[in-house]
Amino acid sequence: MHTLMVATRKGLFVVEGLGAHWAIVAHHFKGEPVTQVLADPRDGCWYAALRMGHFGVKLRKSSDQGTNWQEIAAPAFPTKPAEGPWADDATPWNVDLLWSLAAGGPHERGNLWAGCIPAGLFKSEDSGASWALNTPLWEQPGRKAWFGGGYDHAGIHSILVDPRDAQHVTLAISCGGIWQTQDGGTTWKLTARGMKADYLPADSADDENTQDPHSLVQCAARPEVLWVQHHCGIYRSVDGGLQWDSVVAPAPSGFGFAVACDPNNPERAWFVPAQADACRIPVDGQMVVTRTDDGGASFDVLGAGLPQSHAYHLAYRHGLDVTADGQTLALASTTGGLWVSANAGERWQCVSNDLPPLAAVKFVG
Amino acid sequence: MVTVEFAASLRRHVDCAAQTVAPGTLREALEAALKAAPGLAQYVFDDQRAVRKHVAVFINKQMLHDRVHLNQVLVAGDRILVVQALTGG
Repeated sequence: MHTLMVATRKGLFVVEGLGAHWAIVAHHFKGEPVTQVLADPRDGCWYAALRMGHFGVKLRKSSDQGTNWQEIAAPAFPTKPAEGPWADDATPWNVDLLWSLAAGGPHERGNLWAGCIPAGLFKSEDSGASWALNTPLWEQPGRKAWFGGGYDHAGIHSILVDPRDAQHVTLAISCGGIWQTQDGGTTWKLTARGMKADYLPADSADDENTQDPHSLVQCAARPEVLWVQHHCGIYRSVDGGLQWDSVVAPAPSGFGFAVACDPNNPERAWFVPAQADACRIPVDGQMVVTRTDDGGASFDVLGAGLPQSHAYHLAYRHGLDVTADGQTLALASTTGGLWVSANAGERWQCVSNDLPPLAAVKFVG
Repeated sequence: MVTVEFAASLRRHVDCAAQTVAPGTLREALEAALKAAPGLAQYVFDDQRAVRKHVAVFINKQMLHDRVHLNQVLVAGDRILVVQALTGG
């Protein structure tokens, strides 16, 4: 039995199932926008980030798989300085959206990371009881050049904690490139070499600091292999992100937001294509998933079980997830569709067409 | 004394009875009232301790427009009401 946490515009849904049998079994925070979720593999606790329309970002925690929830501290910026280099910072020092949540290393019980819009990275060392802004990243001078991609301000949507070394953390920022720390966040290095931004003037297209990686994932068994669905196509790195290689755009499109990679196979990854930046709908109204089994050299187009006529679903950044065995996938759309596949995407099954707009899907465990 | 009351839309998240606090500035009154329910402060204020964009504060019958300074001087008998503003969604 798999458990799937589904964050939506109108609450958190819990879905359980196996094979061909899936069902919604719980609905938490009814009516409240849930932007991100985390099931901490170290202690089993669940976290849900809310973005209340009136009252801002809130964070809830459950130690009993959603039976009871308690409010815990939410990441918040310190007081903006009135003097110094950041006094004129055009970015508001207010958390607008909690976009990414990640557990620290297996031996770092209590350590959590949270990425936000604006692009503040926060760390908790007490299981969410308190949070501190990572100032080395927030105060690195290049931040002033970051900008929002779809939102008003830049944001951190992907946080990867290296399974080999929890001091090594990799971030993806829209639009602020890929950043890595090897020392737990004390120092950061920009690592987006090879990416190109066709939304920038031609002589700035290589600027690593303003790339727009839509989503970043890492092969658990081969952590040096990373995949990015970028605003301008698909990239793969086989050296831990030091160099990014462009993947030839697969049919029907190389544009999209979501990517998932096989935790055990560094050659396999899935994407959810949309027509283009300027037309964010499935090509020809046919919803498909593309999958490569050879490191991006070729792709299969997988549409069995997905709507193939007048379908206008878009999967957002966190709208695709895969289980630890690489066999079961969940796919969620911003128009309320939720599908699962029990055979690595070969065939999909609809769980619901009628959910609220979906922000994120995460398998538990 | 000044009365500070939080609407039910806020109290459903963090309960807080109406508070009676000493006259002073509006910020002083709000901060004093929120000592009774510190968790409610994150619902009323943003990270910079300004009143949230979708929260409305009334001094007697007048809605506040300045969300940052909150330096209006209150007098005994004033009533402060904190409610959720109209918003979409």
